[in-house]
Amino acid sequence: MPEYETHDFDVIVIGAGGAGLRAAIEANAKGLRTALVCKSLLGKAHTVMAEGGVAAALGNVYPEDNWEVHFRDTMRGGKMLNNWRMAQLHAQESPDRVRELEEWGALFDRTKDGLILQRDFGGHRYARLAHVGDRTGLELIRTLQQKAVADGVEVFMEVKVLRLLRDADGVVSGAVGYWRPSGEFVAFTAKSVVLATGGIGRSWMYTTNSWESTGDGVAMALWAGADAIEMECVQFHPTGMVWPMSVRGLLVTEAVRGDGGVLRNSDGERFMFDYIPEMFAAETADSEAEGDRWYDDHANNRRPPELLPRDEVARSINSEVKAGRGSPHGGVFLDIASRLSAEDIRRKLPSMYHQFKELAGVDITAEAMEVGPTCHYANGGVRVDADSTATTAPGLFAAGELAGGLHGSNRLGGNSLSDLIVFGRRAGIGAAEFAEGRTGRVTVDEGEIASAIAAALAPFERDGGESPYDVHHDLQTTMQSLVGIIRTGSELEEAMGKIEAFEERAANVSASGGRQYNPGWNLATDLPSMLTVSRCVAQGALNRKESRGGHTRQDFPRPDPEMGSVNFVQGIPTSTTDTSGAGGTPSVRSITITPVPLPVMPDELKALMELKEAY
Amino acid sequence: MADEIVRQYVDSASTTGNVTMSVWRGDAGDGCFVEYELEAKEGEVVLDVIHRMQATQAPDLACRWNCKAGKCGSCSAEINGKPALMCMTRMETLPTGEPITVAPLKTFPIIRDLVTDVSYNYEVAKRIPSFNPRPKTTDELKAGGYRMAQIDVERSQEFRKCIECFLCQDVCHVIRDHEENKTTFAGPRFFARSAELEMHPLDVTDRRAILREEQGLGMCNITKCCTEVCPEHIKITDNAIIPLKERVVDASYDPVAWLGRKILRRTKASAAEAQATSPVSGPPGVQPDAAVRGIPTAVGE
Repeated sequence: MPEYETHDFDVIVIGAGGAGLRAAIEANAKGLRTALVCKSLLGKAHTVMAEGGVAAALGNVYPEDNWEVHFRDTMRGGKMLNNWRMAQLHAQESPDRVRELEEWGALFDRTKDGLILQRDFGGHRYARLAHVGDRTGLELIRTLQQKAVADGVEVFMEVKVLRLLRDADGVVSGAVGYWRPSGEFVAFTAKSVVLATGGIGRSWMYTTNSWESTGDGVAMALWAGADAIEMECVQFHPTGMVWPMSVRGLLVTEAVRGDGGVLRNSDGERFMFDYIPEMFAAETADSEAEGDRWYDDHANNRRPPELLPRDEVARSINSEVKAGRGSPHGGVFLDIASRLSAEDIRRKLPSMYHQFKELAGVDITAEAMEVGPTCHYANGGVRVDADSTATTAPGLFAAGELAGGLHGSNRLGGNSLSDLIVFGRRAGIGAAEFAEGRTGRVTVDEGEIASAIAAALAPFERDGGESPYDVHHDLQTTMQSLVGIIRTGSELEEAMGKIEAFEERAANVSASGGRQYNPGWNLATDLPSMLTVSRCVAQGALNRKESRGGHTRQDFPRPDPEMGSVNFVQGIPTSTTDTSGAGGTPSVRSITITPVPLPVMPDELKALMELKEAY
Repeated sequence: MADEIVRQYVDSASTTGNVTMSVWRGDAGDGCFVEYELEAKEGEVVLDVIHRMQATQAPDLACRWNCKAGKCGSCSAEINGKPALMCMTRMETLPTGEPITVAPLKTFPIIRDLVTDVSYNYEVAKRIPSFNPRPKTTDELKAGGYRMAQIDVERSQEFRKCIECFLCQDVCHVIRDHEENKTTFAGPRFFARSAELEMHPLDVTDRRAILREEQGLGMCNITKCCTEVCPEHIKITDNAIIPLKERVVDASYDPVAWLGRKILRRTKASAAEAQATSPVSGPPGVQPDAAVRGIPTAVGE
């Protein structure tokens, strides 16, 4: 077997986006030997992509804002599927976490009084998002990165973690992976482990997520005996660019439609008028003329159907494409060019204009954009205890996008960055306390390390196996078309079967070249995680026979109170024995799903939900 | 008009002939440019083409990337000899009819193919004295947060736009052509970082002595190459380096300022400044950094 280096720490944190960095800072501050392990260079994690802001009831713009209103907004946005305790802690603690960022050097935009400025966002009752122009995520990650470096957190950059390690009692005690630059293996032992690996978007063809978002954390947690919840609740944005290639997946802000942009099919028709649901008919324009008048006169006209809720718009786009009236690259046309003067477009939508000009050479003042639903965010994820972020696997903690619960079935904009710092800190504390309470030498099974390494190297030993790129491409196609924004039972059944077939193919891929910085091989080792999370999403979607938040079933178009009273909990009961999946991991077939009643909200919080006067 | 706009897309062909990519392949030991021919597709950036090469012809072609949206600064390379982000270089902006060369950053050691070892930058970052805010005032403690004016935070915000692509470090001839300078030179990225901290409304640490004595600020002779390649359009030379040079000059060589410091206790006093207070002989107003530091001869090229 190839040699591997070993490192021993009190706490290791896997993932160095906002949540991982914040957890590492906290554990390190408690005097524990802390390592931060990340798949890319430090400071490149997907957190940099967040634009709008970080939600916190600071009350700097609206003094009447407070945690109770933020809590209520978050629960309502999540269609009450949220873990109430997480939503409570999040709303209560995010103001302190934001102010703390400022104490660590972050420079938010200011109010006239010199305090942190806050902006409006969908679903938030008050202007609540602290921000820095449209690069708030970068500010957050850079601040935390600089703090972690200043505090002396030890960082292992460009290390892909393959598997978590457990001791003889089943307590999570480390991890094994490889250095991407050298291809050499590395094992960590630790008294506790924090997972903060982010999202799962790379399983879809159109996604806003970077290559890193392969669901490693959710998959590794399941393989280590932890549970996941609400994996079906994947947030899709209806208008992501589908073309040109250079901007595929990139978001087109809703403001484009708010300012007059309209959706057209390949016949040039404003098809949204054909899809006005009864529920919204009274408040939606039924002619183009009325819709057009609305922009200047809200009082005497009804809003155009392009401004229906996100899921309605996405469903309509989906139907047009499926009916063969889509754009050449599988979307529809979003046209602002024929609606506003070039000057107005540049003035009202400056960042959109510049983004498309620079990245795609598309002049949105002259051309229509080709848009379609793009995979954006995992609302669900690893099941955690709200206060400590402990997973159901002892010794394992989880925070950030990979943790489920806070957002319920649908996340509000701005609540992702605040999630990272509130629960990142709590994960650091939880892991530190667990580490401090753990006695005796931490041991891991060397046989487990050996088998993980052998499985990782297997693609080099197989001659004539399939290309991992082909398996990945087919998985993305399947998830995009069958487990996308609008789902039906029959398509989900089909996807379940296809994912099983992909698992067999992934177990037989080949890698060429050496181990040093080899993206083909790296992809082969990412496939097991992608398959595991894809299966979880398909299975969750099949079982949640209702439409709620980020999960829409064409065959069950309405929310069902019974379904809305449970979490779908997924796990792998045979995680210690099953190695029949890709890369020696448990097979996707071994993932089980169980409805579990939601935690019961205490009466004083229920009372907050019933207050109507703010709305 | 809408019909025309739609037709524009419907009629557009998605492939536009072939393109030849000449990509540097190899490792720290040895390497050369290898040519790959593939279909040219409309609307792609260089990184898209690299990804298609990986999926079809060169599965082990090493290339660092993350966001593919110009926000993370991972995919830096030298495209047709010019340092740039692969995700922000559109194929249609490059000359047709000749191979497009893609090479790794020259200033950093090669790991493999297009991936270089940029750890130098992370080491420099560790040596920058970290953010050190003043305490909150009574009013601020009551308000819950610091008070700063928008106009005051904007100066540092410009530098905080940096995505750490290290293109400025790559293009800077002080280290590009002189490996030996890396131990004594922080580079444009980290001058911008120091400028950000120096101009931060809350920070109270004085970094001027360190900039002069340990980070080689004087070695920069403001050729503005760094500013030209910055994908975030940060005016590194004009807004960071030149003001820092002025501050360092003020700290070290202005006899009036020196006398003033002797008499009055400045708020930004620190251990670092205490070391930097001895004036060097020479007329005020001249930038003596170059003479003091002894810039290598090749710098003026």
